[in-house]
Amino acid sequence: MTEVGRRAPFQILAVVAVLVAFATLWEGYKAMGDATGGTWPGTDRELPVATDDLTLPHVHEILGTMVDPVQRGGDETLAVFLVKSAWFTFKEAAWGFAIGSVFGLGLAIVMLRSSFLDRGLLPWINISQTIPLIALAPIVVTWGRTTFLSDVQAVSLIAAYLTFFPVAVNGLAGLKSPPDESLELMDSYAAPWSATLWKLRFPAARPYLFPAFKLAATLSVVGAIVGEISSGVRGGLGRVILDFAGRYSTGPERLYAAVIASALLGLFVFGLTVIAERIALRGQLLEDVG
Amino acid sequence: MTEHTSNRRRLRLVAILFATAFAAAACGSDDSSASDSASGGECDTIDEVSLQLQWFAQAQFAGYYAAVDQGFYEEQCLNVTILEGGVDIVPQQQLGSGAADYAISWVPKALVSREEGIDIVNVGQIFQRSGTLQVSFADAGISGPADLAGRKVGSWGFGNEFELLAGSRAAGVEPGTDYEIVQQNFDMLALINGEIDAAQAMTYNEYAQVLETVNPATGELFTESDLSVIDWNEVGTAMLQDAIWADGAKIASDAAYQDQTTRFVAGSVKGWAWCRDNADACVDVVLASGTTLGKSHQTWQLNEINKLIWPSPGGAGVMDTALWDQTIEVATSEAVLTGAPDDGAYTPDYATAALALISDVDARGSDWSPVEVTLLEGGS
Repeated sequence: MTEVGRRAPFQILAVVAVLVAFATLWEGYKAMGDATGGTWPGTDRELPVATDDLTLPHVHEILGTMVDPVQRGGDETLAVFLVKSAWFTFKEAAWGFAIGSVFGLGLAIVMLRSSFLDRGLLPWINISQTIPLIALAPIVVTWGRTTFLSDVQAVSLIAAYLTFFPVAVNGLAGLKSPPDESLELMDSYAAPWSATLWKLRFPAARPYLFPAFKLAATLSVVGAIVGEISSGVRGGLGRVILDFAGRYSTGPERLYAAVIASALLGLFVFGLTVIAERIALRGQLLEDVG
Repeated sequence: MTEHTSNRRRLRLVAILFATAFAAAACGSDDSSASDSASGGECDTIDEVSLQLQWFAQAQFAGYYAAVDQGFYEEQCLNVTILEGGVDIVPQQQLGSGAADYAISWVPKALVSREEGIDIVNVGQIFQRSGTLQVSFADAGISGPADLAGRKVGSWGFGNEFELLAGSRAAGVEPGTDYEIVQQNFDMLALINGEIDAAQAMTYNEYAQVLETVNPATGELFTESDLSVIDWNEVGTAMLQDAIWADGAKIASDAAYQDQTTRFVAGSVKGWAWCRDNADACVDVVLASGTTLGKSHQTWQLNEINKLIWPSPGGAGVMDTALWDQTIEVATSEAVLTGAPDDGAYTPDYATAALALISDVDARGSDWSPVEVTLLEGGS
């Protein structure tokens, strides 16, 4: 805790410094392009990205649009609207993460139990991730509508589809990770398979699972946003991005603001898993040390 | 042993943390149903009906939103759920798969799906004209399809290009050889940045977007005099757009669905008539259905949509057979359709019966005239 406590302010400082540096680079690049007429200084080679306000709006415009009302005459600012949209997407992503993680862990246990299924399922699990999400999304949404799922639930399923993969693969590796002597020890106690699973394999799998959870959490946000864009579900960031993209030429800073909100949501869920990991693995570290 | 228990406690803490997060997420995730189910005592039963749109809530679909908001569907004993479109949502496919009871679709796109085996029927031709333009800056000197020769011409593709292809061919300019067709995004950036000479635009959306953009040369918004348009209605290759499509199999055999269809078209037409006569209130209904929508843009859009509907000489929803024939002719000559569709592709019966249900409503709008709408920057 003290270690973490000492590092936190430094961490925040570093993140802010990078942010400021990025904004300075952004504005500097714009200023350079404006000064040279869109070429590298001293040459007539064109810059890779145009520097006009339509392509790269000023940082202050992007920040400024956050406090403007989202609809003329309305009370709600864009920032508040984006936070609400992010919360909506977070809920979809959280369900997707939960469903995907449970399903992924279930798969890992099944594959641990049966080497036949291990060999049979693994190729399909790999193939499942090569199917483009934009091909899958409308299938899930249409299928959901003709059964009992709402569009929002269908979006969560799409998020779950991205989530289960890292959990299943890393989970299996983690469950297999205890050394033979530990397993033999459990055997010598005549421990049933389930006891070995809960008392030995799961604790040993934690260091494998949390990297997977981190990946899965950010993927669940990606899945939720893509699902929203695909199906047109209203209320979340995907819909907002699509909306603002369609009106990019009349308000590019709004799209940038929505993209920043999506990135922050990704950071937020990543942060949640990091906190969960710190709590869950602290015992592990103590064990290793002592 | 102490380590073991503290370990367990931590695991439990993590579990609680996650559980709390999900419980919080679960709260308020209930879909708020928009229906205030109770309605007038005249209905024996209320039919649950879903309508699939091509895109998000905007004034292009104002009539349907107004019919929900003003209770015109309720008068017809219907509880209508409007399904918004998305990138991968094809309305006629949703209709064909049974995921929606009715769908709004452009006629040529729907007929292509029909030829591919999706059994759907046009039961109400709402738009009587095409809203598609090819827009260029006035100084480019493109005033007709013949002037496209040698230019870079933007088009959205995916079935949105047939009027352009047929219109330029009719003027003796061959697409692809005499001019270059460029895949265009659904914004007007490419035209404004000068990457293309002419851009595809709907009167009610993208055309207005240009007028909501500041002209870097003057520091003021672009004006209509800065622009030149090719209107396919004038060229003679216009194709019919937004229409109400119904399930063909059900409409052939299911008496309850037939009756429901008549009532659905009636409520919809009444909604459109209300939006014609109460444009400002109708814009407010649209704005309430989408937080990010700009007021001046939607006001412009509704005015342009009203131009596409009114006047409806035969009554809104009733097919303009000459324009239907022209749509088929363009579609077959451009090999979009392999042949003319059979007689079942549209039926006038439901629109006619619907208009009889709402005989107190002016469904022709011969006296209506458009207003002048001032667009603000960004359409706000």
